[in-house]
Amino acid sequence: MSTMTRPVTEPEARTSPDATPRTRPRGWTVLLWLVVAFLFVNLAALVLSVVVDSFGTRWFGTWLPESFTTHWYADAWHEFALSHVLLVTLEVALAVVVVSVLIGVPASYVLARRSFPGKRVLMLLFVLPILVPPITYGIPLATLLYRWHLAGSMTGVILANLVPAVPFVILTMTPFIEQIDPKIEAAARMCGAPTRVVFTRILTPLLVPGILAACILVLVRTVGMFELTFLTAGPSSTTLVVSLYNAVFAAGIRANQSVDAMATIYTASMMVLLIVALRFVNPTQLVTRVREEPTE
Amino acid sequence: MTVGLDRAAAPRRTLRHRLADRGIDRTLWLVLPATAFVLVLFVYPFIYGLELSFQPLEGGGAFANYKEFFSDPYLRDTIWKTMRLALPAAVFNVAASVPVAYAMRGRVRGKRTITTLLVIPITLGTVLTAQGLIMYAGPRGWLNRTLTGLHLIDQPVVLVHNYTGVFLSLVITGFPFAFLLTLSYLSGIDPALEKAAATLGAGSWQRFRKITLPLLAPGLAITFTLAFVLAFSVFPSAQMVGKPTGATRVISIAAYDAAFQKFDYSMGSTIAMIMAVIMLIVIALVMVWRATLYRGATGGKG
Repeated sequence: MSTMTRPVTEPEARTSPDATPRTRPRGWTVLLWLVVAFLFVNLAALVLSVVVDSFGTRWFGTWLPESFTTHWYADAWHEFALSHVLLVTLEVALAVVVVSVLIGVPASYVLARRSFPGKRVLMLLFVLPILVPPITYGIPLATLLYRWHLAGSMTGVILANLVPAVPFVILTMTPFIEQIDPKIEAAARMCGAPTRVVFTRILTPLLVPGILAACILVLVRTVGMFELTFLTAGPSSTTLVVSLYNAVFAAGIRANQSVDAMATIYTASMMVLLIVALRFVNPTQLVTRVREEPTE
Repeated sequence: MTVGLDRAAAPRRTLRHRLADRGIDRTLWLVLPATAFVLVLFVYPFIYGLELSFQPLEGGGAFANYKEFFSDPYLRDTIWKTMRLALPAAVFNVAASVPVAYAMRGRVRGKRTITTLLVIPITLGTVLTAQGLIMYAGPRGWLNRTLTGLHLIDQPVVLVHNYTGVFLSLVITGFPFAFLLTLSYLSGIDPALEKAAATLGAGSWQRFRKITLPLLAPGLAITFTLAFVLAFSVFPSAQMVGKPTGATRVISIAAYDAAFQKFDYSMGSTIAMIMAVIMLIVIALVMVWRATLYRGATGGKG
């Protein structure tokens, strides 16, 4: 059983040093990398054309815009009230992270340590919100939130985003807790520590790396979650990704460049988040651990 | 300690012990908040949606919405249009991720850098992808300019605001997920097996075909399911780079339109329920197929 998370200072964490000899490039590998490189160049050009456009003045039928400017960023910032939107995004994401960890970690502790009647049903219950497309439960959920007068507010957006976040924390934390030696807890109990103390003094310090990893992933997912936020957000509670979508479809003629500027801001912030996340989490291991659970 | 005291305490303690033997004790309270949460915010809305779908706005019996959905070609065809996008996109993403991940298994120079580069498209988001496709692959974009400049084509190729645009967008956003999953399943396969096959004289193609692929297949089934979920709920890109009134009017657009444009929550829920059923049928089919595969202790991850 390998651990779910590991610092990146340890590359190839899964493969033991003596595993496979370094693969020698063969014909098909070279061809494959050529194809991948070609597609990647296309993708880079695709991204670049948006970035170039967001800095360009007038671009029509030429290779490059006539001249360059930064005023689309200033425009986008004011026009879409980006400072407010970014603040909302941050608040929603942080609230979702904190609540999902508080609810999810105790549950994953039980799932990791105990076997009890109905455990499989419970596991299924926690897997479903991740397996079902958000829009299918998002529509009835939004309808309910409107009925409860919660939709359109920050609370509604946070509640909706928690629906996939809590199961996600549970599914990432359960294998992580499984690999912590239960003897440590047993020893604490032998010394007379009640459950609460075992939790705060013994388990929490051991869980910090896993919790941190889960936090970052929930953060990335929440910032990027379109459907649920889109269905539940009101004018004052839109997050960046929804506000970006609205900018494309909002009424009135809008400069394409300011949408591009905003898309660039979104992607840049997501990239920072992802790179931070990759410093803490080895993605390939994480996904295995997450996906392994529901099927075993 | 007297015998009498022991007896008096016995029944209560046994019940508690018997429950504890089955794993029921006070620790289980810890799972309660999460369970209550999922029940209130996931299961209840689902049931509520199901109930709502049987209460059509304009009457006509419990199944009126379902009848309408399946008799109106504009609505019914969204299933076919979604499948026509989601299935090829999911198959493509999984199929393309296999050779890339296979080339990346074991120790490859710059593995982490390559993985990061391949995963970065996750951060692009649908809007930037859509804007990029429109700008880069549009009639006046760099791609068409280059192709016409090289005299490979006379007329600009139409790649956006149609089926191709949405498909490309699904590949750009979906491939990184499929790749990550495939790579992690592949790294779970014991490399010693391949070595053993090599010792017995199997060529590299034979090793892939006879050893790695069968062990990877269960993992690929999971990857396919998740890739399909992702592609099936396509919504923003179908609006932006597709033709939301025509070829790419996918089922999620129909559901959204019904619920939040026409404010027919009942019809919206009906379509959402139909989506969920289709989704579950596909997952079930994949899982049935997966059950026929080998799932040994070595490798068959997931």
